[in-house]
Amino acid sequence: MKAVISVTGCDAVGIIAKVSNVCAEYGVNIVDISQTVLQQYFSMIMLVEIDSITIPFAAFVDKMSELGKESHLDIHTMHEDIFNAMHRI
Amino acid sequence: MPSRNDIFETISMIREECLDIRTITMGISLFDCQCDDEKRLCSKIYDKIMFHAKELVKTGQDIEKEYGIPIINKRVSVTPVSLMCGGISRDGALDIARTLDRAASELGINFIGGYSALVQKGFTNGARTLISAIPEALATTSRLCSSVNVASTKAGINMDAVALMGKIIRQTADLTADNSAIGCAKLVVFANVPEDNPFMAGAFHGIGEPETVINVGVSGPGVVASAIRRAGKNVNLTEIAETIKRTAFKITRVGQLVAKLASERLNTPFGIVDLSLAPTPAIGDSVAHILEEIGLEKCGCPGTTAALAMLNDAVKKGGVMASSHVGGLSGAFIPVSEDAGMIDAARCGALSLEKLEAMTAVCSVGLDMIAIPGDTPEEVISGIIADEIAIGVVNTKTTAVRLIPAGKEGDMISFGGLLGEAPVIPVSRYSPAVMINRGGRIPAPLQSLKN
Repeated sequence: MKAVISVTGCDAVGIIAKVSNVCAEYGVNIVDISQTVLQQYFSMIMLVEIDSITIPFAAFVDKMSELGKESHLDIHTMHEDIFNAMHRI
Repeated sequence: MPSRNDIFETISMIREECLDIRTITMGISLFDCQCDDEKRLCSKIYDKIMFHAKELVKTGQDIEKEYGIPIINKRVSVTPVSLMCGGISRDGALDIARTLDRAASELGINFIGGYSALVQKGFTNGARTLISAIPEALATTSRLCSSVNVASTKAGINMDAVALMGKIIRQTADLTADNSAIGCAKLVVFANVPEDNPFMAGAFHGIGEPETVINVGVSGPGVVASAIRRAGKNVNLTEIAETIKRTAFKITRVGQLVAKLASERLNTPFGIVDLSLAPTPAIGDSVAHILEEIGLEKCGCPGTTAALAMLNDAVKKGGVMASSHVGGLSGAFIPVSEDAGMIDAARCGALSLEKLEAMTAVCSVGLDMIAIPGDTPEEVISGIIADEIAIGVVNTKTTAVRLIPAGKEGDMISFGGLLGEAPVIPVSRYSPAVMINRGGRIPAPLQSLKN
């Protein structure tokens, strides 16, 4: 099973590291990253595999939101299926 | 990986445009609770609902968390209670009402539907018992919803029931007069009522339904309004209709996904997705604002019925391919008190009761959540019901009436939460009393003879 982590906010040093660290801590494997910085605006989408996750996925969603709050970033973690359902026939 | 644009589009629909799943409604059959001992009947009903729906709220919350899509309401609908009332007293029917309310409270759901009767052709003893108990039942419970189907295209209009429902709405308003006549906000009078509708106050678990079922109602007026805004002022109505269709498809796909997940996790068959645009009083979640985005100065002005007809049709066309089973009410809702744009339009006089009636001929569902003067006579209420029901019967569609007689013309009546607030709008004071008191049945129209 895969999930999408989207991160947006002001660019700063170490954003990818922070998000990756939380992923590694809970056994979430990063499959793909797409990241851009437009002027000062940072935007990243991370596709992750959650088959070996060590905590319930809902708890992981909370961990990511907490990280977002601490780092003044907007972080959403959502199951990949919602995007596939909405945008693919 | 889904494309960056698709991902950010989904996130902004949810975060900024109020896209949500309006309700996951579990239908539960009560037929096997049938019992002539009133106390035992109530305990069997309570146990059955608690057994099947105990995980409903938690499952909804889990899906909400994992998929990032808000699921606003989790609800239960049951077999029309009139079918359980054949051998019991009015007090027994009131005990059932309290039992259902207690179950809803224990489950943590905001509404339970099915305190209902189907009397399009006439009354059974059970239906009479139930209907007589409705005003007190709604006044003494907080989560119970009630509906009465008084007509169908096949059966015609039961005018005795229309006359009776005028009285029942009056009594319900009087019993809850000190609380904005809130009882009337939980009572709907229908024509051609669907048996798998997940939306309250009209939900019940129809007699042809399985033992239990999951029905899902989607929403997203804000998403549609934003898509039209992005399309700009220079596109023609064909393109606007296409934009609405594409948006409705996406909204409904989310509903289908959630319905499938809820059905699997609750081990309950999937029934239908209801393709509805259901507004809330929140800013950016209004059907009236979609119509204004299409190009009306104010909802209710000339052109409103045509814009709504196009919207309603495009929503269905876009949604129908997105779901494997479509049902319920499926269409744009125009409840006055639950829609910020409708409230504004009614307050400034752009939207009248008569215009609303015309609009209901081309959309789902009917005269919904409209505050009328508290001293409106019961025959006038029955007359309004009869007109609205006739539109449904003749056009082979569902129509419904949910009127709240409270306050004086121009007052704002507040119901709280998703039920919102509504200005009291004027009603004709000329009386249909002689016609209403004739009673009898208006015969089924010719279009009922399709075989």
